[in-house]
Amino acid sequence: MSGEVAILGVGMHPWGKWGRNFVEYGVHAARAALADSGVRWQDVQFISGAATMRCGYPGYVAGATFAQALGWQGAQVNTSYAACASGSQALAAARSKILSGECEVALVIGSDTTPKGFLAPAKGYRPDDPDWVRFYMGITNPTYFALYARRRMDLYGATEQDFAAIKVKSAEHGSANPNARYRKKFTMEEVLGSNMVADPLRLFEVCATSDGAAAIVISSLEYARKIGRAKAVRVAAISTVTPRFASSEVEMPDIATDSAAVVEGHSFRASIARKAYEEAGLGPEDVSAAEVYDLASPMELDWCEYLGLCKPGEAEALLRSGATRIGGRIPVNPSGGLACFGEAVPAQALAQVCELTWQLRGEAGPRQVQGAKVGITANQGLFGHASSVIVKR
Amino acid sequence: MTEAKRVPAIEGWYTMDQAQPHLLGSRCTSCGTYFFPKQKQFCRNPACEGTAFDDVPLSRTGRIWSYTNASYQPPEPYVSPDPFVPFAIAAVELEKERMIVLGQVVSGTGVEKLRVGMPMELVLETLHKEGETDKVIWKWKPLAGARS
Repeated sequence: MSGEVAILGVGMHPWGKWGRNFVEYGVHAARAALADSGVRWQDVQFISGAATMRCGYPGYVAGATFAQALGWQGAQVNTSYAACASGSQALAAARSKILSGECEVALVIGSDTTPKGFLAPAKGYRPDDPDWVRFYMGITNPTYFALYARRRMDLYGATEQDFAAIKVKSAEHGSANPNARYRKKFTMEEVLGSNMVADPLRLFEVCATSDGAAAIVISSLEYARKIGRAKAVRVAAISTVTPRFASSEVEMPDIATDSAAVVEGHSFRASIARKAYEEAGLGPEDVSAAEVYDLASPMELDWCEYLGLCKPGEAEALLRSGATRIGGRIPVNPSGGLACFGEAVPAQALAQVCELTWQLRGEAGPRQVQGAKVGITANQGLFGHASSVIVKR
Repeated sequence: MTEAKRVPAIEGWYTMDQAQPHLLGSRCTSCGTYFFPKQKQFCRNPACEGTAFDDVPLSRTGRIWSYTNASYQPPEPYVSPDPFVPFAIAAVELEKERMIVLGQVVSGTGVEKLRVGMPMELVLETLHKEGETDKVIWKWKPLAGARS
């Protein structure tokens, strides 16, 4: 298909709580991706950064910050911000530049340094900001994750054991990932014995915030052929759709959904992958592996359904069958997911693409999904941002 | 002992009628879509360019879409009693407005008493104290006598 671009190189800085400057991680990831691609930094024509809001001005202009750190060489520059979906938007900007013919090869980088503890809103009395209102009412991020988990329990018979089993599975996947922050394997007893945070969510089922970085070098298919990389893994689709009114599911940080009294209600999350599949000309039956956004372990069940890997209400059965573990029919989060990485907002959507690239190349080592041909990501950021990227070989 | 003064924790979002409080929303005069919090300037229905809204009280009963609790003390701007007391939270679907509204559940009602689909009603309760003043917020309470 003409809308495809080649992934020439991927690289990461290991996730952790390193407490150093985000630029350092970004440069590390960029150099790893460039080395992997065989492309020299001086030959990159477009640099696309995913912004971070927690590291001052250099973070707001991340694209230029990384360009300067790598050494100004006159490339065109872009910075994208879309909360947790920032990485995909930076990738989409680079793909557009390439597909429009404005450039042949681009470098995409996302990196973050996160503070300790809860991510709290700005100070003052600010009832016009829904994020402020919900925190004032004591509604934190885990509240939203827990609402979805509890609904599955009451409607579909999900159990606390199911949620813990997802964490155990992710931890096992991630234990073999050198870039993961948490590589400890967990037992069901350990997860179920951890403190309740937001019933039914337990501490070990909620992801942490991390420092980390991921970078990707993409090019036109022609450029890839020219440098002997005609068989490189390709980006087949990037979906960055907004919700459709009336958005009728509870979405962080809102205190209320849209009203579907006049206009039909829509599920935002279900619409994200639909667009990606349509663009790629592929369907859920083609997918070999998925990287989904597990801010809390139970959310993996919802994403399995939103990605069409099973029908609504059947994700528990899919999990219990073993299909979603490495070696199963459709492994989910072979990287270990956010359970093992933690959130590094501008980097995580790119990290998902890095993982699937390694999987499709057969370079994932002990966590390899055998014969992986098509991978899909799912990711969501606050205030109507989300993304889904499909890669294929 | 003098009675504590009751003021809304968030001004203009709900009536202060202790017996039958309502959330205060708005409704587009062109297409009829409801909004909460109130929408005043422009209608968010993509097929509507309405700019006029009526203030409307929302239904004060609905059914639980889902529920959870806060086992740990939330960060500021939440104002915690000392010591922190865990509370339940419910997302309640209003039938007429076809809208889900989040809120704390009245104190003393834990998650073990809740269930998806359960009928709930809107009440007012103190969110936190500020000196001698009670800052009051809407909360969800199981509807008396109803079975889900």
